[in-house]
Amino acid sequence: MTTVPFGQLLILPVLLFALGVLGVLARRNLVFILMSIEIMLNAAGLVFIIAGARWGQADGQIMFLLVLTLAAAEVSIGLALIIRIRARLPSLDSDAANLLQG
Amino acid sequence: MMLLWLILVPAIGGLLAWPAERLRPSAARWISLASMVVDLLILLQIWQHHAGPIDITGGGRWVAMLNIPWIPQLGINITLGLDGLSLLLILLTIGLGFVSVVISWSEIGERVGAFHFNLLWTLAGTIGVFLALDLFLFFFAWEIMLVPMYFLIALWGHENRIYASIKFFLFTQGSGLLMLLAILALVLVHRRATGTLTFNYFQLLGTRMNPATEMWIMLGFFIAFIVKLPAVPFHTWLPDAHTEAPTAGSVILAGIMLKTGAYGLLRFVVPLFPLAAMRFAPIAMLLGVIGIIYGAVLAFGQTDMKRLVAYSSVSHLGFVLLGIFAWNTLALQGAVMQMLAHGVSTGALFITVGALQERLHTRDMRQMGGLWASLPRLSALGMFFAIASLGLPGLGNFIGEFLILLGTFRLHPVFAVIGALGVITAAAYSLILVQRAFHGPPRETMAAVPDLRMRHLAVMAALSVAIIGLGLYPQPIFDVAAGGLANLQSATHGVLTLAASDTGSKRAEGGSR
Amino acid sequence: MMHALWLVPAFPLLGAAILMLSAGRLAPRAIALIAVLPCAASAIVAITIAIGFITAPPPGHAFSQILWQWVAIGGFDPAIGLYLDPLSLVMMLVVTVVGTLILLYATEFMAGDEGYNRFFAYMNLFVAAMLVLLLANDLLFLYVGWEGVGLCSYLLIGFWYQDAANGLAARKAFIVTRVGDTGLMIGLFVLFTHLGTLDIQPLMHRAVLAWPHGSNIASLAAALLLLGAIGKSAQLPLQTWLPDAMAGPTPVSALIHAATMVTAGVYLIARMHVLYALAPHVQMAVAAIGAATLFAAAVAALNQHDIKRILAYSTISQIGYMFLALGVGAESAAIFHFMAHAFFKALLFLAAGAITMRLEHHEHDIFRMGGLAKQLPVAFWSFLIGSASLAALPLVTAGFYSKEMILSETWAHGGAVPILWVAGVVTAFVTALYIFRAVFIVFFGEAKTPVVGHYGIRIMLPLTVLSVLAIVGGFVETPNGLGGVRLFSHFLSSVFGHVPLAASATETPLLVVASLVSLAGVALAWLLYLRPAPRFVAWAQTQAVVAWRNFFLSGWGFDWFYDRLIVQPFLYLVRINHSDVIDDVFTGIADGCRGLHGLLKQTQTGRIRWYAAWLAAGSIVTIAVAVIR
Repeated sequence: MTTVPFGQLLILPVLLFALGVLGVLARRNLVFILMSIEIMLNAAGLVFIIAGARWGQADGQIMFLLVLTLAAAEVSIGLALIIRIRARLPSLDSDAANLLQG
Repeated sequence: MMLLWLILVPAIGGLLAWPAERLRPSAARWISLASMVVDLLILLQIWQHHAGPIDITGGGRWVAMLNIPWIPQLGINITLGLDGLSLLLILLTIGLGFVSVVISWSEIGERVGAFHFNLLWTLAGTIGVFLALDLFLFFFAWEIMLVPMYFLIALWGHENRIYASIKFFLFTQGSGLLMLLAILALVLVHRRATGTLTFNYFQLLGTRMNPATEMWIMLGFFIAFIVKLPAVPFHTWLPDAHTEAPTAGSVILAGIMLKTGAYGLLRFVVPLFPLAAMRFAPIAMLLGVIGIIYGAVLAFGQTDMKRLVAYSSVSHLGFVLLGIFAWNTLALQGAVMQMLAHGVSTGALFITVGALQERLHTRDMRQMGGLWASLPRLSALGMFFAIASLGLPGLGNFIGEFLILLGTFRLHPVFAVIGALGVITAAAYSLILVQRAFHGPPRETMAAVPDLRMRHLAVMAALSVAIIGLGLYPQPIFDVAAGGLANLQSATHGVLTLAASDTGSKRAEGGSR
Repeated sequence: MMHALWLVPAFPLLGAAILMLSAGRLAPRAIALIAVLPCAASAIVAITIAIGFITAPPPGHAFSQILWQWVAIGGFDPAIGLYLDPLSLVMMLVVTVVGTLILLYATEFMAGDEGYNRFFAYMNLFVAAMLVLLLANDLLFLYVGWEGVGLCSYLLIGFWYQDAANGLAARKAFIVTRVGDTGLMIGLFVLFTHLGTLDIQPLMHRAVLAWPHGSNIASLAAALLLLGAIGKSAQLPLQTWLPDAMAGPTPVSALIHAATMVTAGVYLIARMHVLYALAPHVQMAVAAIGAATLFAAAVAALNQHDIKRILAYSTISQIGYMFLALGVGAESAAIFHFMAHAFFKALLFLAAGAITMRLEHHEHDIFRMGGLAKQLPVAFWSFLIGSASLAALPLVTAGFYSKEMILSETWAHGGAVPILWVAGVVTAFVTALYIFRAVFIVFFGEAKTPVVGHYGIRIMLPLTVLSVLAIVGGFVETPNGLGGVRLFSHFLSSVFGHVPLAASATETPLLVVASLVSLAGVALAWLLYLRPAPRFVAWAQTQAVVAWRNFFLSGWGFDWFYDRLIVQPFLYLVRINHSDVIDDVFTGIADGCRGLHGLLKQTQTGRIRWYAAWLAAGSIVTIAVAVIR
């Protein structure tokens, strides 16, 4: 069984994370922003799994489970907020929701 | 224990007055009046039945003392002490507190209960300030006094009340912070020197420290107190706060709260740091003299009657600052007398302005004039107190000013002479007030306003009697104050004479070489 | 009987208190009664005490009565107490008697005024304050009376408060005299700091012991006291308030000028004469100020139109004579002239009031009067007697004897003094000229303003009594050449230790000169104002002369000068600093904070992507820094 080197394994989560960040910054639609956040969370989860495999510890997988539940909770709250925002401002544009500016 | 009740009675009265409003608005007023009367009775009881003065080693003679542990780990106790000085000031506090309740009877119509709660808590805090002999407790009482006052201005004040109340709060909190830092510094310096952590006044007296440290800590206290006094250049919160506060608030602010600054200087600044204070005295006296003249000139220029009276306070309290730092018996007695007389006369002037505003709905003197024709009693009383405020001999303010200047003249004739010029400017602003408001051609619009009613008239009559009494028969006041002032002077006397002999011997050595 | 002394100031004080507290609820008749009775009562007490004092003088020719200890702290222990010696006795008598007459007159003069009650409350307080001033045994208590008369003059000058001009005159009087009062107060500081008491008699003893003749401290103290005296007595350069003080009702003017207030300065210097003897330079200054004032004021009086202003300047001038006498060490002459002046000046003012109250519109301008001798004979004769006494017409008037005494003492003082004497004599001439100018213009010629109304007994009686006093009041002290009666100066000798002048060769010529100049003044007034030559009238209208006349009319331009020098700069300062420049510092701090806030809040856009971008950028920078290090 050939093992992929640890350094190369990290390329994927880094790419995923960068994609997620770019998505948050570049997309204006709130749903896409939420999806991008999910991608970032998954990238972080992937790093936990890789690290668990690398050191042969179960902690990494446990942490991934935690991230998963967290992500689920976060999505439910996030979607609820988005629905409220959609109801209040008839748009999903994140820049339109700037009522908290100073 | 009776001393603690002096503070607790108004505090409890306040707590009762708030809900009592739901029964009837006047219930809150009666409860407030009753708590003032009870407080007065307690004070007289203490004064009459004290078993001879209590001697505290190194601390002088006291009428009554109380010491209960509070936070013993940090050396904090509830230490209260009453001497002649605090007695007089508490008497003034209770008297003006009573007056404030009476004059608010018709002026305050909204949230009566909350108003009286704040009023009584301010008074409780003030009495605490005059009694506290533990620096932590003092700071505590100082803050208790300020916060309700903030609400009095912010909630029951006039047009510009938010600005004024925030300004008041920032100035007093800023100075309070400075005082807290100075207290902590003093306590820590004391612990380093002796190894005991204490906030007790008597133990902190005579703390040894190097001159530079002493000067810095002294300045911390000094600035905190002269903001409250107020002295130039920290006086600018006063005209706004006084002008915007409801009448009772102005009376308490001017009549009592300013005196806490003077009291702090007397009780803490000079006795705790005698050497630094005496080195600093010329500058402090200069500030006092500047305040006398500057306040008077500004008062002359005002068109808002309440602002005029407020600036006149700056001028009068300049005399107090001058007297305190002259630090001899004459000047100190004068300063105490000036505090009392100013409390009475300026309080009465604020009541006059309040009564005018209630009737005319303006404080602008350009819209007044000729009020004598329609309001003869109010005008006569207003003129009487304006004349008291310009220092007419035979009335209380004159005794205060004269003694202060006489005491100062021995040390710094120049300051005394400039201060005496303030008497001329005082005439200018007092008479312009009389002229613009009460004299001159009458205005049609003001012909139908009603004159003073019985309640106000009784209060003003009592204040008139007080100011005449202070002017013609002031000796009882001096006798009471003498004990307190002796405490303060004895606290500094040893250190000062030691220092004087040190420099004297150094000079002698220098001369012999 | 001496122990009733405290009643003398207490009666008018009580009267004032009753009137004030009654607050206008009394009937006018009751007010009039309460107004006059206390003062009359204290006059009676004063006379009784005086009789007792003269027949059986108390030990040391002085009586003192301590009422209560006022203040006692740290060696400073002034008492509220009274001190009666011949000096205060004479003053007390004059004040109570003349005061009573003026009050009686005023009850009719002021009838129908809406402030009737207030007026008499103030008047009684005025008399009480003056009596306190005179009788005080302690300088601090004296200061109470001193400021008290200042206050009452303020209240009474501005009595008709609805006219803003009266208020201005009243404030001017109070503030100008307060400048002097402050000098007096500082003088008290000096005296107490160096001598340790303010009780007048011990003070004088200690001063003599502690200070050598001509010492600087003595001069300083004397000069400061002099400043106070100048302010109250309206001498140069603080005289400007007195002519404006005519804004008050005429009885007030009579009281201020004759009995109270302006003579306070004379009294103070006479009372402190021991101090002035220690300070010869200051004493010389007193004489010089007196001489300058008496001349300047007389010239100003010569150019006034308003009958009351003529009398006001005349008072300044006559007080100048008293200062001159004090300056040459002739205190009893000064007090003698004070007494004579009180009689004839009260008479003149009351007569002037009797004229104006009968004219339509209460006319004050002498050029709109005329021919009143026939229409108002009572006023005419009173005014004439008062004028004769003021002009010091020889032999028959009180003014002649008192003025003569001052002039001969001034001459006898020697040294550089002839100039003072010359000023006195020249002014005696001008005095006769200006007062008879008024007499001739007002009472002779053709009538210009109709006369209304009539006099009651309360006007006639004071005029009559004062007329008699203005004539016979001088016979208590006559020069050596004219009988050499010395009752007055003998009586005062226990206070001043001053011996009347011995007969000398120059005396008779001086007497003749003094008599002639006043007669010459009357004669010239006759020529110029009753039968004016056309050339004189034309000359008086030339431009240069008119300019000078206006200058003198304005009282030598002092008001203009003070206005530019003090009042305007002060007002300017007040105006530019109306909103307190120091507050700008604090509002500046607040504005700075607000500005900073404005900058920082730009970053709070409310756009979630911006925040995320900042978050990401911040994380990257932080990680980069951590990695690179």
